[in-house]
Amino acid sequence: MFDKKAKPSPQRQRQLDKYQALVTRLSPKSALGQGLFRSFWVGGAICCLGQAIIEIGQGPLHMASNAASTLCSTVLVFLTALLTGLGVFDRIGQYAGAGAFVPISGFANAMVSPAMEFRREGLVLGLGGKLFSIAGPVLTWGVSASVVVGILYALFPW
Amino acid sequence: MNRIGQSTILLPRRPAVISCAALAGKKEGEGPLADDFDRIVEDDLFGEESWEKAEARFQYTAATLCLEKAGMAPKDADAALGGDLLNQIIAASLSAREMHIPFLGLYGACSTMAESILLASMLTDGGYMRRALCTASSHFCSAERQYRFPLEYGCQRPPTAQWTVTGAGSLLISGLTEDFPRAIARIPALTPGRIVDLGVTDANNMGAAMAPAAADTLCRHFEDTGTSPSDFDLIISGDLGRVGHDVLLELMQQKGHPLDESTYIDCGLEVFTPEQDVHAGGSGCGCSAVVLCSRILHQMENHQLRRVLFMATGALLSTTSSQQGGTIPGIAHAAVLEAPDR
Amino acid sequence: MSIFLNLLKAFAVGGALCVIGEFLELKTRLTPARILVGYIIAGVILSAAGLYGPLADFAGAGATVPLTGFGHALTTGVKHAVQEIGLIGAFTGGLTGTAAGIAAAVFFGAVMALIFKPRPKE
Repeated sequence: MFDKKAKPSPQRQRQLDKYQALVTRLSPKSALGQGLFRSFWVGGAICCLGQAIIEIGQGPLHMASNAASTLCSTVLVFLTALLTGLGVFDRIGQYAGAGAFVPISGFANAMVSPAMEFRREGLVLGLGGKLFSIAGPVLTWGVSASVVVGILYALFPW
Repeated sequence: MNRIGQSTILLPRRPAVISCAALAGKKEGEGPLADDFDRIVEDDLFGEESWEKAEARFQYTAATLCLEKAGMAPKDADAALGGDLLNQIIAASLSAREMHIPFLGLYGACSTMAESILLASMLTDGGYMRRALCTASSHFCSAERQYRFPLEYGCQRPPTAQWTVTGAGSLLISGLTEDFPRAIARIPALTPGRIVDLGVTDANNMGAAMAPAAADTLCRHFEDTGTSPSDFDLIISGDLGRVGHDVLLELMQQKGHPLDESTYIDCGLEVFTPEQDVHAGGSGCGCSAVVLCSRILHQMENHQLRRVLFMATGALLSTTSSQQGGTIPGIAHAAVLEAPDR
Repeated sequence: MSIFLNLLKAFAVGGALCVIGEFLELKTRLTPARILVGYIIAGVILSAAGLYGPLADFAGAGATVPLTGFGHALTTGVKHAVQEIGLIGAFTGGLTGTAAGIAAAVFFGAVMALIFKPRPKE
């Protein structure tokens, strides 16, 4: 009865399709060009800032290249966390969409914002537990995929 | 039997709405209804320590203000009916905890105000209660964290998304003859809603999910009572928003009861201006509650509106059902409101 | 001059990776969470196939800052660990390679949550 895969009767299916077409016709569309432009320049700017941090690390700070990359992620994460705390990053996200959530800034924002929001449910289950509630899937699937790659690499090095 | 047609209920005593109060948040207070609200609360936390407690205080304050405006105390009402959008309708329960009168908690999502009016008017019409208090509330911040994302999470709202109204509306319904002279409006008939689901799964397009239920209730009402849209000065839907509003107009056209755009409004479009960047309009239990308990009832009291069909719509989804890919069950309850006799 | 070129390359490649994400969000109605999971898995696979390394060499932060770069870091970490300590490295390398980003996000997340309160949107 509640099975998603159950096929509705042909008559019902026609009704559903007809309604879907009506809704699609009357729903406003997201402005594609504007969305792509905004995500490009904001996302590009965040990566550009990251590159600037790497250049500073490798230049004036005489860091090795992997240390400079680490510095880059850490600084970007810190800046995002701060902007999230100050209530600015949600506006950047609303403006730039994927331009804000695809870079590591999005990962940091996904950790900081639920930690802040659920702080009121306590330090342990609220802040501590909910910190991973949005970014968790990325870690779960990213780490799992890397373990698979590692096992394959150990068995059949390439 | 006090019934007519398939499912419309007639109320021979025509219970009276004798008082109403509407509290709204800051953003709503910057909207077109600012002058009609009894109070605009600038602080989203309302002096409390969490959004949920703030919402409970919105609800309690609206309820007590409604009674106060009628010169009454909680004990003068035989029950409080109402609800909100939160898990286990906690705002309504916390509010009722302070009132010390019987409490009937209701969940009808955004249709809660109409559901409360339906039950309260039947209870008072039937003589089971003298007066019953109906209250509904929603809060942008508490709804956002429960249904969507943390406030500081940076994500885009699609253009079909709606903005949860921060606010609470309350009205007092009486079945006592001695209260009738002070009526703001009378309630002669009700049409309870049934669930209609035409397969919409997008929780960011709730207007589209609810519009078929609204059309179903309107058609049943017109067919049961032999009336037509032109018999009403105003037909009001709860929170269909821009998309649902347009879809409903189209559906009613198809079903042979076309609505006149000059006498049909949606509370979701009334509560904010398009410049307020709320995308498709307002939503939430508080949306229809604050619009009804402010401008609509004020205009009925002044006889600017004689006969109104108030229909609040609800998208009865849960976060769990959405995540499991379920479609959104929609509902709409309607109540006829008549201006008081001169 | 080479620094300017590096910045430009990071801007262009990073921006392009974000545009793909935005296109997916607007056209397929995929949620950001699903897009990000797709990105990180794509990064892991592309890196394992030896395709992401050259992009990272070319674009620097433009390839490592987007979430695909996170996947790339997981894969490079895991390959390195397997070379060092054998099969068991499959379980240590990924998180070692990404430790800084994760630890920073956890730590700063906790700190900010202690300092700041969420604000209603305008």
